[in-house]
Amino acid sequence: METFIVGLIAATLRVATPLIFGTLGELLCERSGILNLGIEGTMFLGAFVGFTVASTSGSLWLGFLAAVLSGVLTGLLMALLTVNLGLNQHVSGLGITLLMTGLSLFSFRLVFGERSIQPSIEPFPKLAPLGNLPILGPIFEQYALTYIALALVPLFWWLMYRSNFGLQMRAAGENPEAADAAGVNVFRVRTLALALGGGLMAAGGAFLSEAQLGSFIFGIISGRGWVCIALIIFANWEPARVLWGALLFGGVFALQLRLQATGLKLPYEIFLALPYLVTILALTLAGRNVSAPSALLKAYRRE
Amino acid sequence: MLRLRVERRPAPLWMRPAAPIIAVVITFLLTAILVVLARANPFQAYYYFLLKPLSNQVSAIEVLVKSTPLLLTGASVTFAFAAGYWNIGAEGQLLAGAIAAAGLGMVLKDVPPGLALPLMILGGFTAGLLWALIPALLKVRLAVDEVVTTLLMNTVILFLISFLLNGVWRDPVSGWPQSPTIAASTMFPKLIPRSRLHLGFLIAWASIGAIWLILRRTPLGLRMRAVGQGREAARFAGVNVERTMLTAALVSGGIAGLAGVGEVAGIHFHLIEALSAGYGYTGIIVATLGGLNPLGVSLAALFIGLIETGAQNVSQTLNVPIYLGNVVEAALLLVTLSVLILQNYRVRRV
Repeated sequence: METFIVGLIAATLRVATPLIFGTLGELLCERSGILNLGIEGTMFLGAFVGFTVASTSGSLWLGFLAAVLSGVLTGLLMALLTVNLGLNQHVSGLGITLLMTGLSLFSFRLVFGERSIQPSIEPFPKLAPLGNLPILGPIFEQYALTYIALALVPLFWWLMYRSNFGLQMRAAGENPEAADAAGVNVFRVRTLALALGGGLMAAGGAFLSEAQLGSFIFGIISGRGWVCIALIIFANWEPARVLWGALLFGGVFALQLRLQATGLKLPYEIFLALPYLVTILALTLAGRNVSAPSALLKAYRRE
Repeated sequence: MLRLRVERRPAPLWMRPAAPIIAVVITFLLTAILVVLARANPFQAYYYFLLKPLSNQVSAIEVLVKSTPLLLTGASVTFAFAAGYWNIGAEGQLLAGAIAAAGLGMVLKDVPPGLALPLMILGGFTAGLLWALIPALLKVRLAVDEVVTTLLMNTVILFLISFLLNGVWRDPVSGWPQSPTIAASTMFPKLIPRSRLHLGFLIAWASIGAIWLILRRTPLGLRMRAVGQGREAARFAGVNVERTMLTAALVSGGIAGLAGVGEVAGIHFHLIEALSAGYGYTGIIVATLGGLNPLGVSLAALFIGLIETGAQNVSQTLNVPIYLGNVVEAALLLVTLSVLILQNYRVRRV
C-alpha cells in the first residue's frame, strides 16, 4: 500500500509537469487579454523541435532551448494576428494549432522519413536528491524539468502580483483603455506575454518527448493543451490554484495508470477518458463563480 | 525625410473579390518554401496540387468526395458561429454520428434500403446532436465556456471509439480494431458508378441549402443572427437568448453527425479509429474562409477538397510529405483573415 501511494504521488508530479508548463503559459496570455487556443499546436511543435534537435545534435538541453525558442516564435505569430491585426482569437488560435501541428508532422517526415521503427533518444535522467530517504525517497526521484516547473509557480505569483510587468499585464487584460491612458504600452505587454507564454507551452511539449517518452509520436499531446485551457478556468486565473488543478488532473491520470498496472479487469479507455470528464465536471462546479479577465477576447485598437 | 502614416478606411470595391485571390497567392508563395525543402519544384508541385486533380474525371470526382464531409462540418460550424456559439466540437459530433451509423449498420440488416437509409441519416443526426447536448446545456444553464467543453468532448469520444473497437465491436472476421462491415441495405448508394461519390454529397448540399434557408428566411435565423451580433442587445429586444443558442448548438451538432454517417455509410463501411482526418477542425477553416455565408462556405469546402486531393497527388508523385496539405489549409486561413483586415488600411506619405 505504501509503495502504491508513493508511486502514485511520484507519477502525479510527473504527469502534472507538462500541464504546469502549459497552464502557466496560457495564464500569461489570458491575463494579458488573449485566449491562446494555439496551445495544443505550440506544445506539439515544442515536442517535435525538442526531440528533433536533441536527436540530431546529441544535446538534450540544446533541444529543450530550441523547443522554447520555437514556442516564443509561435507566440509572436499569435501576437501579430491577435494583437497587431486584432483578428478573432478563437479562429486565430485554432489556425495556429492546425498550422503548427501540420508543420511538425511535415518536418518530422522530412527529417526522419517513413520508418517502421520509431526513432528514439536517450531521455533526460531522473534526479534523486533524496534517493536514500526511506519510503518517501521515490517521490523526489523526478526529472530536473519537474523541479523547474514546480519552482515556476511561486515565481509566477511574484511576477504577476509583485512585479511591474505583472501589473501592466493584468491592467492590459482587465482594462486596456485605462492601462493605455496610464502609459502602459498594451501592444507590447500583450506581445511579450504571448511570447513568454508560447515558450512555456513548448517547454511542456518538450518535456513529453525529451523526458517522459524519449520519442515523438503523433498522439503525444492528445488534448493536453485543451486540458490546460480548462485548468485555467478551474484555477480562476490564479497561479497557485493552477498548481492544484494540474496536480488533481495528474493524480486522476496517474491513478488510472496504476489501476491498469494492478491488472484490474476494467476497460482502460474509461480510465483514459476519466481525467477529461473530471475536468468537465470541475468546470461545471466552478460554474458561475469564475472571473475571467474583463478584456479577454477583446482586441485592443487605439483610435 | 520620407514620412509614412497608416490610415484606416474601408477597402475599395475592387479589392473585395481580389482579397481571396491575393490570399491564395501569398499562401502558395509561403508554402513553396516547404516544397523546396522537400527537394521538389514548387511549380511542378502546385501543378499537381491545383490543376492535375481537375484534369481528369476520376480525380475531379474525388475532389467532390473529399469536399463532402467538409461541406457538412462547414455548415455545422457556420450554424453555431452565426449564433455566437463557439462550437469547436464538430470533430467529436462527427464521430458520434459515425458511431451511430456503424451501430445501425449492424442492426438494420433485414430492413429494406428505403427505410434503412432514412434511419441511418436520422440516427447520425441524433447522435451528433446528443454529443453536442452536454456542452450546450452547460453553456446556457451554467455559463460554462463552450470552447473548452466541446474541445474536451472531442478527446473523450476518441477513447469511446477505441473502447468499442478494441472490445465489443472488434471485427470478429479480421480481428482488426474496426467494427463489422455494415449491412448492404445501409450503405449509401453511389451517385456515379465506379466512383466513391455517394448519397452524402447530396445530403451535404441539402444541408447547405437548409442552413441558408433557416439563417436568411426564418424567424429563428433572424433571432440567431441577432444573438450572434450581440447577446445583450438581442435579449433587450425580447429574444430568448439561451433557447436560441441551444437550438443553434444542437442543430450544429446534428449536421456534423451527418458527416460521420457519410464517412461510414459511403466510404469506409465500418467504424475505424482514423475515420476523420480532422474534418471537424477543417470545418472551422471552411466556415471562416466562407465568411459564415452558406454560398461562401460551399465554395470554400470545394476548394479545401481540391487541396486535400492535391496533397495526396503531390505526396504520391513528388514524395513531398502529405502533411503539406494541412499546412496549406491552416496558412490559407490565417493569411486570408490577415488580408481581409489589411485591405482596410493603407500607407500614405504625409
